Amino acid sequence: MSLIEAARLAISQIRVQKLKSFFTLLGVTIGVMFLIAVVSIVNGMGNYMEDAFAGKFLGVNTINLRRFPDFNMGNVTEEQWKEWQRRPYITVADAEAIRDDLPPGAKWAIDDVDWLTPQSKYVASGPQLIAHAATAGYFDIKNLEVSQGRVFTEQEDQLGAAVVVIGSETAEHYFPSLDPIGKNLLIEGLPFRVIGVLEKQGSAFGLSLDRQAIAPFHSPMSRFTGPRNLYGVLVQAPSPQAMSDVQGAVQEVMRRRHRLLPTQNDDFSLESSESALSTWQSIQKYLVLAGIFLPAIGLVVGAIVIMNIMLVAVAERTREIGIRKSLGARRRDIMSQFLVEAATLSVMGAAIGIALGFLLARGVAAISPLPTSVAPWSVVVAIALGAGIGIIAGAYPASRASRLDPIAALRSE
Amino acid sequence: MQDDLVSTTAEREVVVGNQGVAPSREWVIVTRGIRRDYDMGGEVVHALRGVDLAIRRNEYVAIMGPSGSGKSTLMNIVGCLDTPNAGEYWLNGELVSRMKDDELARVRNREIGFVFQTFNLLPRATALHNVELPLVYAGVSSAERKRRAKEALEKVQLDNRMDHRPNELSGGQRQRVAIARALINNPAILLADEPTGNLDSQTSDEIMRVFEGLASGGQTVIMVTHEPDIAAHARRVVVLRDGRISSDERREQFVSKVMSGTGLA
Repeated sequence: MSLIEAARLAISQIRVQKLKSFFTLLGVTIGVMFLIAVVSIVNGMGNYMEDAFAGKFLGVNTINLRRFPDFNMGNVTEEQWKEWQRRPYITVADAEAIRDDLPPGAKWAIDDVDWLTPQSKYVASGPQLIAHAATAGYFDIKNLEVSQGRVFTEQEDQLGAAVVVIGSETAEHYFPSLDPIGKNLLIEGLPFRVIGVLEKQGSAFGLSLDRQAIAPFHSPMSRFTGPRNLYGVLVQAPSPQAMSDVQGAVQEVMRRRHRLLPTQNDDFSLESSESALSTWQSIQKYLVLAGIFLPAIGLVVGAIVIMNIMLVAVAERTREIGIRKSLGARRRDIMSQFLVEAATLSVMGAAIGIALGFLLARGVAAISPLPTSVAPWSVVVAIALGAGIGIIAGAYPASRASRLDPIAALRSE
Repeated sequence: MQDDLVSTTAEREVVVGNQGVAPSREWVIVTRGIRRDYDMGGEVVHALRGVDLAIRRNEYVAIMGPSGSGKSTLMNIVGCLDTPNAGEYWLNGELVSRMKDDELARVRNREIGFVFQTFNLLPRATALHNVELPLVYAGVSSAERKRRAKEALEKVQLDNRMDHRPNELSGGQRQRVAIARALINNPAILLADEPTGNLDSQTSDEIMRVFEGLASGGQTVIMVTHEPDIAAHARRVVVLRDGRISSDERREQFVSKVMSGTGLA
């Protein structure tokens, strides 16, 4: 008897006993559903983290020189914290030294920040925003585009022009139903002329990226952000491969400037999305393992149920087995009939589980900021698991069926 | 004229006598000293105590006997559902008494067509699919199976019932489906176990006419029954008693004995 024949038989059998088959499938379905959903949620978290770090906070191929790291996963010991506090400030002179020693193709910018609450002629107050005092290269490195107006130029930065590029939320808040271009935003009482509005950025980790104001580094803005101690110097490598070279160059300049001996550790921090994500990636590995392991319990239960149902099926269909044997079915024909039936059952369970897992992942994507995506490999694993479980669970009942004595089987009711 | 097909006692004795030697092609069944014991919870039951039987191709034989005579055991062995503890069984030139499970399955598939008292059709399958079943295990392609199964159902006048399930058919129709199924693989023997046991007398006659037609067409038919009037349809009647053959006669002799009321079970 061919496999197709056996599968056809299995499907007709399942169709006859819909309700029973449904309950049989439940364990496998639930197991597979959670496998698919958990893996896709973890994947979604991964994508979100990468997107947040690489795209929004730290920038693509970008090294952020800071006094100490901004993004930490896991605990910072008190000793570590004290060491950070002893570190020298990052100064404008440091930034310029790095710029002068920049490897070919790399880009550079100063980004100094503070939390401030501006005002406008129309709105006296509002939520805090992130105020940046940045050099002109900042927009290019961060890949920021304006939806209205323009960004400031190198000359405007050098001249210290009091202009500002603002986020879309800031524009809406301080200039309700008005065109903000050309109007003044008052920051700590000083007027800054709005020359551009950034495209909508969205948020990351609950922090809106549309609530910000970016002014030239040499403008009065830097008075508020404290230029004696820069928040960060950004250096962008031309390609991912050039990252380590660029990082090495920046590190060398800083070590030289801080007169560090070869035995001393860096007293500054070089952050990139890769370094910030490395901790996450090790966590992700465990989450994926858990995502496979926990549903496995559901699958084991599913396997036991299938074995039980198949044993019942063999008992109920003893006479059928006897008839088939009398007509010339060999042991392996009976064996494969029941094996395929068990495998078909559990693959169907897996298929339903995959569909539900997709829906669950969609649901999570809809109600949370996680961009969950179903990993193709998890679908392959789910199908293989389904078939494997069916075959393992069906093996014993099928072998029992195949060894039935045809005479006794024919006599059974 | 048809009685030419009945082997004589003398012939049979010669054929049965040659232990270990394959019988010539005209003998479709030869058993030599078949014994079958069952262990019934420590007590050994001797169901067959040495049965010598020879059946020529194209014979129409009834096997009779009271319950406990061993006729069911003999039928199971002849049908390759069981093997003897001792003795030889030659079916269509093959020594089947020494065969393993899978070989027996092949022989059942190719050489034997079963017709059972309880029909033994698959309840959820259509008549057509039931008839197809032996061909599934013979590895025949789906299209070819359908074609042959339709043909077989036409032969038993059930071509208008092909898509019916057994519970939508009368007893006689079910038994005709079973006969079509039994014949689909052109078996060496048609083996019927109480084929009319679940049928009324009118339907029994109908089935007996089908058997008669098959026998006249050259099909070897072996029928196990305990009803003398059904056995009387066969051309030769073998009677079993206590695990041995107690008589083996032409129909005429058997019928006259039945009429006179002597020597029957």
